[in-house]
Amino acid sequence: MNVYAIAAIYRFEMARTFRTIVQSIAAPVITTSLYFIVFGAAIGSRMASIDGVSYGAFIVPGLIMLSILTESISNGSFGIYMPKFSGTIYELLSAPVSTAEIVLGYVGAAATKSVMLGLIILATARLFVPFSIAHPLVMLAFLVLTSATFSLFGFLTGIWADGWEKLSIIPMLVITPLTFLGGSFYSIDMLPGIWRDIALLNPVVYLVSGFRWSFYGVSDVGVGVSLGMTLVFLLLCLAGVSWIFRTGWKLKA
Amino acid sequence: MEPIISIQGLAKTYKGGHQALKGVDLEIRRGEIFALLGPNGAGKTTLIGITCGLVNATAGTVVADGHDIVRDYRNARTKIGLVPQELSTDMFETVWSTVSYSRGLFGKAPNPAHIEKVLKDLSLWDKKDAKIMALSGGMKRRVMIAKALSHEPSILFLDEPTAGVDVELRRDMWEMVRGLREQGVTIILTTHYIEEAEEMADRIGVISRGELILVERKEDLMRKLGKKQLTLQLQDKLTAIPDGLASYPLELSLDGTQLTYTFDAQAEHTGIAELLRELSKNGVDFKDLQTSQSSLEEIFVSLVRSRA
Repeated sequence: MNVYAIAAIYRFEMARTFRTIVQSIAAPVITTSLYFIVFGAAIGSRMASIDGVSYGAFIVPGLIMLSILTESISNGSFGIYMPKFSGTIYELLSAPVSTAEIVLGYVGAAATKSVMLGLIILATARLFVPFSIAHPLVMLAFLVLTSATFSLFGFLTGIWADGWEKLSIIPMLVITPLTFLGGSFYSIDMLPGIWRDIALLNPVVYLVSGFRWSFYGVSDVGVGVSLGMTLVFLLLCLAGVSWIFRTGWKLKA
Repeated sequence: MEPIISIQGLAKTYKGGHQALKGVDLEIRRGEIFALLGPNGAGKTTLIGITCGLVNATAGTVVADGHDIVRDYRNARTKIGLVPQELSTDMFETVWSTVSYSRGLFGKAPNPAHIEKVLKDLSLWDKKDAKIMALSGGMKRRVMIAKALSHEPSILFLDEPTAGVDVELRRDMWEMVRGLREQGVTIILTTHYIEEAEEMADRIGVISRGELILVERKEDLMRKLGKKQLTLQLQDKLTAIPDGLASYPLELSLDGTQLTYTFDAQAEHTGIAELLRELSKNGVDFKDLQTSQSSLEEIFVSLVRSRA
């Protein structure tokens, strides 16, 4: 195990995070605050509570997930896309590091950043709406697991992308719609029959539902199912990454 | 002595069908400076790329310091430092942090004293806290060399190290490369500048269209292929070479004022003395004479041409 390499990559990526602190932390916090002002305070005050949870509090877990998913993907993808774009990838390819070590460094840093962001948004949300967390450890577990899984997914898109446009396609065209339709702002029980079944095909539903359970003890699907789905997605991403590094796909001629 | 790098049957065919290497065998000796010469697209960078892990070989093996570069990539790569042709560096990092990063990436514990030495050797010490984007092209090149040396490699690949570098920096770089060799580092460089190979290399390999067409000690190559020429400035113009001199390979310049005699510098019998006697016998007088030896560049061009 090349521990020094993992540490070097991790530190390098974290340094990038702190260098771009406004873009990395301030921007998502401001966006989330806007959501709370619009949905929580303005609209939420006229909404009935869902499963005994006020609407403002109900959307907190979903909003955190929304930011975590997009930020994990963009962090994970940018970290590996930049060296490809600037040519510095040569060093990574010529270094005595294994796939696992590279992934640990990059994805570890991206996930760390996402977890930090999630906690900051959580604190910001507390300023707007009162809520309590029923299962803090489960909440943290979901936060870490989701951050890691989607940073890994971002890492894959970063390797796949061969232009800036492709880099933003996945968060914009796939993740944002899936999150909006995944029950961030409503319980999928509120959907009419067939749409509810279709919604269950959306993986984000399981993430949001499980995460919300850790806050309020209520969920659209069982928390075990949520956890299982998240792990399945994590394993799929891991398989993808190990295939890429074995074959050198998009990395080596 | 055991070679430090042993390449056998190395071949690479790119996806588009381009055959960049066609079964290259090459051994690099420990501690030497080896120059790989060849025109653009000859396969130099592919050869380096495979050895360093940037390109997957289609066939063949490479063993670096006793470690197979695929099966035992960790040990092999720890021994190798690479300075690629393109200036690719992180823009926003400082010199110090990017060089320290490289050391970590290659699995070495932090060693500020070593990084300091590398930066000082490359005259980068006063720039250690500067952001890389604020450096000149020549300085960036030095940063890339510093990165490659950060993990104390025993083999250093320099792919076109002095492309686009001014004369002064080129001299500095040659000095640095010689210094490294004295410390026991084996150096493999590719270059377009024949002058560079002539100046530094112990051995020279010429690669053309994916094939290694020769590997020789530099002196042997120059001696073997080097032709010498004797040029005579004539006192009076000649319209033709006198019949009495017809047996010599002489060339008369167009304006008739210069005679050129080409001979093999290695031969026991160069024929110069006889020629000079024959000249005076035939009444050809000259006011000046000079001899010249073909440079590596001329040798190289003729080699590659004869293959084309």
